[in-house]
Amino acid sequence: MNNEYKELAWQGLWKNNPGIVQLLGLCPLLAVTSTVVNALGLGLATLFVLICSNATVSVVQKWVPKEIRIPIFVLIIAAFVTCVQLLMNAFTFGLYESLGIFLPLIVTNCAIIGRAEAYASKNPVKQASFDGLMMGLGFLLVLITLGAIREILGQGTLFDGAELLLGTWASNLRIEVFHFDSQFLLAILPPGAFIFMGFIIAAKNKIDDKMAEQQPKQKEANIERVRVNFDS
Amino acid sequence: MRISIEKNAKILALFAVICTTVVGFVHFITKDRIALQEQQKLLTTLASIIAPERHNNDIYQDCIIINSIELSSTQQTAYLARFTNEPVAAAITTTAPDGYNGNIELLVAINIDGSISGVRTLKHQETPGLGDKIELRKSPWTLSFTGRKLLDKNDSRWAVAKDGGMFDQFTGATITPRAVVKAVRKTTEYFNKHKAQLFSQAANCRGEVQNEQ
Repeated sequence: MNNEYKELAWQGLWKNNPGIVQLLGLCPLLAVTSTVVNALGLGLATLFVLICSNATVSVVQKWVPKEIRIPIFVLIIAAFVTCVQLLMNAFTFGLYESLGIFLPLIVTNCAIIGRAEAYASKNPVKQASFDGLMMGLGFLLVLITLGAIREILGQGTLFDGAELLLGTWASNLRIEVFHFDSQFLLAILPPGAFIFMGFIIAAKNKIDDKMAEQQPKQKEANIERVRVNFDS
Repeated sequence: MRISIEKNAKILALFAVICTTVVGFVHFITKDRIALQEQQKLLTTLASIIAPERHNNDIYQDCIIINSIELSSTQQTAYLARFTNEPVAAAITTTAPDGYNGNIELLVAINIDGSISGVRTLKHQETPGLGDKIELRKSPWTLSFTGRKLLDKNDSRWAVAKDGGMFDQFTGATITPRAVVKAVRKTTEYFNKHKAQLFSQAANCRGEVQNEQ
């Protein structure tokens, strides 16, 4: 039982990471990661939606006929996203304004429907929620890494605007790494996001190769898992 | 076949009803707070460009809807500041249609003598790092309007420095500040021409909102 959770965590955080391996949800991933705070906000919203949708899909799987499962999953996900959007609008207004149109885009984040279809609809609630948590965390970590790289290179700061997410005390979190007279535009604009994303994926593959070299004889564990390859 | 279609349709309908109910419930419990947040934001912005001690009316309620092609092609709102019924200043929303990347929405506050009390950007999609310096959070540029006055209709100083005017443009971005300067100028012209009419009109912008609530 414990091994199952370990495996789920490993899959979500590294081996089958929705951000850098499955490459699902590229649209919000690339659009929003211009600062760490934006990345964190969208990452947490996605994490929340992913856990809720996975849990719900897993609970209702008995009553959902195979033929109409996709529209029902979409309905469930859309409902959760709308709720998150309303709640953020009400309680974290500043962040809601800066994430703008990207919140509704969580609906189109294929990582969510991918997990609902590939895992949650076939597994018990506990495992499904845990899978949602781990996949969400994996996605969140990629968002934050990319956000940090782009914010440092683009603006020379870290945690700029943290007060929008965490309240006024957080404005002290802002770190000025170094100072520019003009910003490094490439890092802030979408092409920069693509380039740095490429570097992150390359680094991940490099690490994987290194690990494979060190333990050449270990056999791949045989896990049944559907790779979802929707475009996002 | 027919039975399974009917059954599936019923299940789908059931899920649609449940999901809609959940969304409706969340909307119901958050809507007052969302309206409050938006009002709060507008009030903070208004207070930052017309100092609260300069007026003693409820500026949020005392406002007028403007549909005038002289100001903008879309509907705008003017918030009026009075001190014991004496006109002090007006904050007018306007849209600069010619930003680098679509419309720029502005709030321009003008004192009764025609000088600018303050300018704020409400909404824009300008390039991050270049055109977004019209946000006060990013750069103090919008403060350069404060205290300026439009001398006459052909006042050539009301332009960006590149066009021989008195407002700086940004390195790498001229179109954005040019659009903003032009919109502020247009608003000032509108205000100078219509200020008597603005302050004599009855407030008419809160009617719809109150019905909604």
